[in-house]
Amino acid sequence: MNAISPTLAKMHGRKVTVHYGSKQALFDVDLDVPERMVTALIGPSGCGKSTFLRCLNRMNDVIDGCKVGGEITLDGQDIYDPKLDVVMLRARIGMVFQKPNPFPKSIYDNVAYGPRIHGMAGTKGELDEIVRGSLEKAGLWKEVKERLDQPGTGLSGGQQQRLCIARAIAVSPEVILMDEPCSALDPIATAKIEELIDELRENFTIVIVTHSMQQAARVSQKTAFFHLGQLIEWGDTEQIFTSPKDERTQGYITGRFG
Amino acid sequence: MDHARLKRPDLSEARIRGRYAAERRFRFYGQFAVGLAIAMLGVLLFSVCSKGYSAFYRAEIALDIMLDPAVITPDGKSDADTLASADYQGLVKEALKAQFPEVTSRGDRKNLFNLVSNGAGNSVRQAVLADPGLIGSTQRIWVVAADDMDMLAKGFIKRDLPESERVVSDTQIGWYDKLDAAGQLRTAFNAVFLSAGDSREPEQAGILGALMGSIFTMLVTVLLALPLGVMSAIYLEEFAPKNRVTEIIEVNINNLAAVPSIVFGLLGLAVLLGVFGLPRSAPLVGGMVLALMTLPTIIIATRAALKAVPPSIREAAYGIGASPLQVVSHHVLPLATPGIMTGAIIGLARALGESAPLLMIGMVAFIVDVPHWPTDPATVLPVQIYLWADSPERAFIEKTSAGIMVLLAFLISMNAIAIFVRRKFERRW
Ligand SMILES: Nc1ncnc2c1ncn2[C@@H]1O[C@H](COP(=O)(O)OP(=O)(O)OP(=O)(O)O)[C@@H](O)[C@H]1O
Ligand SMILES: [Mg+2]
Repeated sequence: MNAISPTLAKMHGRKVTVHYGSKQALFDVDLDVPERMVTALIGPSGCGKSTFLRCLNRMNDVIDGCKVGGEITLDGQDIYDPKLDVVMLRARIGMVFQKPNPFPKSIYDNVAYGPRIHGMAGTKGELDEIVRGSLEKAGLWKEVKERLDQPGTGLSGGQQQRLCIARAIAVSPEVILMDEPCSALDPIATAKIEELIDELRENFTIVIVTHSMQQAARVSQKTAFFHLGQLIEWGDTEQIFTSPKDERTQGYITGRFG
Repeated sequence: MDHARLKRPDLSEARIRGRYAAERRFRFYGQFAVGLAIAMLGVLLFSVCSKGYSAFYRAEIALDIMLDPAVITPDGKSDADTLASADYQGLVKEALKAQFPEVTSRGDRKNLFNLVSNGAGNSVRQAVLADPGLIGSTQRIWVVAADDMDMLAKGFIKRDLPESERVVSDTQIGWYDKLDAAGQLRTAFNAVFLSAGDSREPEQAGILGALMGSIFTMLVTVLLALPLGVMSAIYLEEFAPKNRVTEIIEVNINNLAAVPSIVFGLLGLAVLLGVFGLPRSAPLVGGMVLALMTLPTIIIATRAALKAVPPSIREAAYGIGASPLQVVSHHVLPLATPGIMTGAIIGLARALGESAPLLMIGMVAFIVDVPHWPTDPATVLPVQIYLWADSPERAFIEKTSAGIMVLLAFLISMNAIAIFVRRKFERRW
């Protein structure tokens, strides 16, 4: 395996298993997420990509009957340590969901919500700065600067998704998890978000789930292929796409099954 | 592909016409149902208002009253206490005697005095207290007529009935007509109805006591049931682990919502009065009993409203590191508020109209004083309406309907508040 030395990785997963009730969804997944890179999770529907992604910021805690086993660390610290505060963890690991889900509040309040609850801005001016900066980074500022007080739900689907990205980066997380962020978007909006991901890579560690091989190839440096709850293969994106070791990977990326 | 075998939708005229006809029929049923409901509501409102509006005015008789210092200030002192406790009713009677000098026999005099209310002296007292300088002079003062005269003035007593079948005698009608002819009779706004407590005398009975009782009771109910109900629902829905215990609690809450209200009254009697020794007939206890009754409704409605908030909003908030409490208070609760308000208003409207459980804790007593505090003895609007409906005097019939009008007005204002709150939060975008 094309293993990265543990010190370089932002997050480690070791023997990660997930059960939904009695049904096991993930089997002993070992995956490292390198810092300041984009890691793409690919695989056929139902193979456990979202499940793994949600393990990384403990969003599975919210689901009844979901049990996570194994070890996941962030900067060497076990994130499933009972002493660790989940709220602080989620402030460090942001998430963007498949379906845009802005709060039914104004565009401004959507972005300002995270900084507010985490006490990141002392003054209104500072908060304005954070909101503006996040919207700029998300490539949405020009489109919404005139109507920050209007509802976030009144934006188009692509704009809403970029608003959700702005909302996630407003709290300056160290890692951003994205679950099929472009699945509801047209090619132009998708291109914008891919561009954005490429820029965000400078400051953030990104894990993205995608169904598009092209997208994985375009935006990611590392790719992991999941199949039936198992991590089949992972490594440099180029290597996965040009010379996969496992024939299931080969089959999936060439479109023979999935 | 075998095109002959391919089944296509049936696009025939007949099917389309059939569908349109079905839709028209359905619309008609709906409109008919709504129309019927509105008509019934209209009939109800009309019958209540047409019977009740007359309670808001009353007959008054003007008498030339000699404000005799010997009666008002017998020992020469004119302090407020003396002035307030003088026998003004006696002065009213003297004035009646002076107006009808021909009435001399004891029986006739009694009938004559019955033209005015037992409380007629109050108007005189007010006049004297307002201006003690009037003492010693003769003043024309409007005093309250007796309820029978009031009924006569409003036309509820039929003059053409044989004398033995009506409550007023021919002689009394004669006096009444004389006063009327002399311009000494009028109908005026009945302030007493809105400013006094109950009374055995219809013309002195007011709704304020019961209204205040209802307000205090509802206040206690809202203050207890709304926070408790919403908190329990939030805990059960958002925080409690889903296990056998919470399942049993849930089933029992649903069962509680169906318990007949009188059972809650028995509970209040046994526990609140019996064990904790809280005062009888008090809105405090009534409010607690009604809060118990309303609690399940509010819990069920709140849980439904919380469930209806899309999970994506919760995920979004959790995803940027909101704590469970922040998720609930910043996002879920505001979105659920309209639903919670609807549930609360259904529960409270039921509580407002409830009388059975309140009978059990003594809120059915005859109480003259207007309550000023939730522990003062009181009754509530529905019980008051029942008490009046049960009274034999003709004049209580209009009071009954007027009481219902006040109850409806209370209900409507309570709803208006809830609708206002709901509107405020309903901007879901
Ligand atoms: N909340 C849940 N309760 C029970 N089973 C679940 C739950 N969420 C996911 N699963 C199951 O876990 C397995 C993995 O699901 P997951 O959502 O991770 O798949 P995925 O790879 O993200 O698929 P997709 O590409 O379609 O989004 C599936 O078999 C799914 O049915
Ligand atoms: Mg998924």
